[in-house]
Amino acid sequence: MSLRSPLGRVLGTGSAKEGVRHWWVQRLTSIALVPLSIWFVVSLLSLPSFDHAIVAAWMSQSRTALLLVLFVLVGAWHSQLGVRVVVEDYVHATGLRTLTLVVVTFAHALVAAAGVFAILKVACGSAA
Amino acid sequence: MPQRPLSPHLSVYKFQYTLTTSILNRAAGLVLSLGLLALVYWLMAVASGTSAYTRASAMLSLGVFKLLYLGLVAAFSYHLVAGVRHLIWDTGRGLEREQARRSAWLVAGVSIVLMALFGYCAFMAGARIS
Repeated sequence: MSLRSPLGRVLGTGSAKEGVRHWWVQRLTSIALVPLSIWFVVSLLSLPSFDHAIVAAWMSQSRTALLLVLFVLVGAWHSQLGVRVVVEDYVHATGLRTLTLVVVTFAHALVAAAGVFAILKVACGSAA
Repeated sequence: MPQRPLSPHLSVYKFQYTLTTSILNRAAGLVLSLGLLALVYWLMAVASGTSAYTRASAMLSLGVFKLLYLGLVAAFSYHLVAGVRHLIWDTGRGLEREQARRSAWLVAGVSIVLMALFGYCAFMAGARIS
């Protein structure tokens, strides 16, 4: 006899109430990151130099700006999912774990927002 | 209390290649998270103008950061290939012991080739990261 309620079985979201969402998003972001990260590395290493003018001109191209925004957002999301699991696995004290998860989530949101802001600022031509 | 079997603790766990490939993937992911932080710092520096960028470049050229770039090249190469291996596993393929052993060697080989390639481009060709 199963102790699970019929409703719980129908919803199929398990004890964490999130179902396979974490697993699925981690897969989606990793699939997206295969081409995005390869594009980023190749594109970055193809720059003739890392002088400000060269980098700013590169970031000002529409295609670069668009792909960079995607790369930073998807990368930050994937990173958040990964670091979260590491914290859940290795930080055992409940209070410290929750605190660490809050800090990790906020830090990733900040990094993602800062990255997108910086890319758009350069791409929209207001970098001094 | 009834004497039930305990799951093996890490200290008594027999060393196996599966353990290495798994923990390396996790470590590589953490290094790449640091890389994301450095990337966004760099992007912010570009957006802050020439003088701020010059100051940030000086900091990003420190030895500690060169060590980070070396780690990033290694971590990216490994995490990319090992991640693709995980995605293939998710389709239910390659999970037999012999196949998994072979793919572990394949991952090691391909990621070392990528490390050499990216490392050469990043540190040697034109000496851009200097």
